[in-house]
Amino acid sequence: MMRHIISILMENEAGALSRVSGLFSARGYNIESLTVAPTEDATMSRMTLVTTGDENIIEQITKQLNKLVDVIKLVDLSEGSHIERELMMIKVRAEGAARDDVKRLADIFRGNIIDVSENSYTIEMTGNGSKLDAFIDTLNEDQIIETVRSGPLGIARGGQRLSV
Amino acid sequence: MELSGAEIIVQALKDEGVDYVWGYPGGSVLHIYDAIFRQEELRHILVRHEQAATHAADGYARATGKPGVVLVTSGPGATNAVTGIATAYMDSIPMVVITGQVPTPVIGSDAFQEVDTVGITRPCVKHNFLVKRVEDIAETIKKAFYIASSGRPGPVVVDIPKDVTDPNVKIPYSYPEQVEMRSYSPVEKGHPGQIRKAVDMIMGAERPVFYTGGGVVLGEASEELRELVRKTGIPVTNTLMGLGSYPATDDLYIGMLGMHGTYEANMAMHETDMLIAIGARFDDRVTGKIAQFCPNARIVHIDVDPASISKTVRVDVPIVGQVKSVLRDVLRIIDDLKCEPNKPSLAKWWERINGWRSRDCLAYDQNGSSIKPQFAVEQLYQATKDDDFYLTSDVGQHQMFAAQFYPFDKPRRWINSGGLGTMGFGLPAAMGVQQAFPDASVACVTGEASVQMCIQELATCKQYDLPLKIVLLNNGYMGMVRQWQEFFYDGRYSHSYVDALPDFSKLAESFGHVGMRIDNPADLEGAYKEAFAMKDRLVFMNIITDPEENVYPMIEAGKGHHEMHMSPHHSSERELS
Repeated sequence: MMRHIISILMENEAGALSRVSGLFSARGYNIESLTVAPTEDATMSRMTLVTTGDENIIEQITKQLNKLVDVIKLVDLSEGSHIERELMMIKVRAEGAARDDVKRLADIFRGNIIDVSENSYTIEMTGNGSKLDAFIDTLNEDQIIETVRSGPLGIARGGQRLSV
Repeated sequence: MELSGAEIIVQALKDEGVDYVWGYPGGSVLHIYDAIFRQEELRHILVRHEQAATHAADGYARATGKPGVVLVTSGPGATNAVTGIATAYMDSIPMVVITGQVPTPVIGSDAFQEVDTVGITRPCVKHNFLVKRVEDIAETIKKAFYIASSGRPGPVVVDIPKDVTDPNVKIPYSYPEQVEMRSYSPVEKGHPGQIRKAVDMIMGAERPVFYTGGGVVLGEASEELRELVRKTGIPVTNTLMGLGSYPATDDLYIGMLGMHGTYEANMAMHETDMLIAIGARFDDRVTGKIAQFCPNARIVHIDVDPASISKTVRVDVPIVGQVKSVLRDVLRIIDDLKCEPNKPSLAKWWERINGWRSRDCLAYDQNGSSIKPQFAVEQLYQATKDDDFYLTSDVGQHQMFAAQFYPFDKPRRWINSGGLGTMGFGLPAAMGVQQAFPDASVACVTGEASVQMCIQELATCKQYDLPLKIVLLNNGYMGMVRQWQEFFYDGRYSHSYVDALPDFSKLAESFGHVGMRIDNPADLEGAYKEAFAMKDRLVFMNIITDPEENVYPMIEAGKGHHEMHMSPHHSSERELS
């Protein structure tokens, strides 16, 4: 069961997202994460989808996705060298002595504090998933008030592009 | 020309060359029905239930190759159509289904007769659209027909809110000559290198088999298949959906394969070293247990849908392309390179196949006083074989008996719900076929359970003078359910007995048709003659058959091709080779 990150270029049409998510639930494929937004050309959206499966399942997933009429093009980024980044916003308790500790820890992980209250910091952090996991692990469970993660985005290394 | 949304729909259908629309009016499509009323070219057929509209359009599409067209209202109109849409989807039938929707301002408010049609139909359509602006109707309809009928065909739903069809809003109309979609471009030609490789493998094989499916029918490739089979002398087996794509009366044809396939076809699948799958999708009723499927074979798979290739069975040489185009390339290479099949090996292979054939796996015994369903189908063949004949079917034992005992020699003549297995399909599908070919002889083979699922359509048949012949094989059971209960549930016939049956003759007569009841084998031949001689009447033939006859051979779900139950007429009930 390998993890695959698939980038999908699709028509920016109402319902396009549900065609993809519906395909996964109907055929019993896993979705670990899914993130989508319009591209620089507003008629298209780009979706990044993380899934797991053996070779046959991934082959079926890419074929079935390609078969969707709204899907223009897709690439399995895991097949080549690529970069992944995920954004996390995490709200942590920051009171008394802990206030400095949290700040120092955020600095080490190159996170930015983007909101401050009397007893909390909200930290913005990007990186691959394991870095974000590592930051969470360094905090005590009771320190964390709330986390929100975007799911990974991916792009191939080098000059190649996924375009029409 | 300035037209309203409703008029645009009607005009676009005409410009698309549509002659018939099957449908049922309702609130959300009233504007469209008014536009239909004010013209004559586009003929609307009023069914009695929306499911029947979709099956009729589907039958029309299967018989003609042209997309079937349906018009239903929002809410229950759309949900009633879903069974028919799913039926067409599973068998890759081109269809355009126009559904009314509540007006755009109230979408999402749980308005009267509102359902999320696009959401409900999404998993069982090739594509669907919600049209929100009158300006988009013409292009969307063009796209719908293009998508439905190109590539691997399938149904397309176009959901149109009532306000978009407002008769008071008129805009200039023009119908696009063609559409291009950057996200949709079906493949035509197969890869030349792959085709070359396949030809070499096929010609070198010792025990090759052609396994061909509905894709040959849909892709209009029967001529090419015939030429290829005759040129190579390789045995050919058809799936349920492929019947007729190769003439069943030809010697090179070894019968249908799969769960109720012939002994020789299934044994050939088990022993082959070279399987050539053409427009077939390795359905579970065909493959049986995947681990035991064609254990010694290399596999070439020709299909227009890349997702069908290596979906359940890994293949060695995939060829994505239109079956017709690929087969033409194959034939050209064979001619150009003067390829010859491995004749000595083929001769030995045929010897083995003929050995399996000699077991006569479809043998049955018509000596008793009750009519055997097999006999009823054979007699039907005798009565209709010289006619321009189409046979639709419902789902169950009668469907399998028809597939086994009616030898189809031409494509598009055998019309049944293979993938979804929709009971209730046969009668309305036959209506669509008869509408397309008014002078043809059209029969529906059915069971007393299936036929009751769309029996109300006898009224539609009366209204439009459709002289169908209903061949009801009435065994008083849901035969296939009963057969499984006999085999796998120790004969506990849970709810498979169809109690309180109507008097079908009187029922048919009450709709204005002719009813017949036949319960003596000796009367069958004459009854068919009499029924088919009534060219302008629907005849409902209630044929009382042996209640506990089973369909043989049978491969249990999850078993291999060589593990067939054979008819008790054979010495050993289960054959393990």
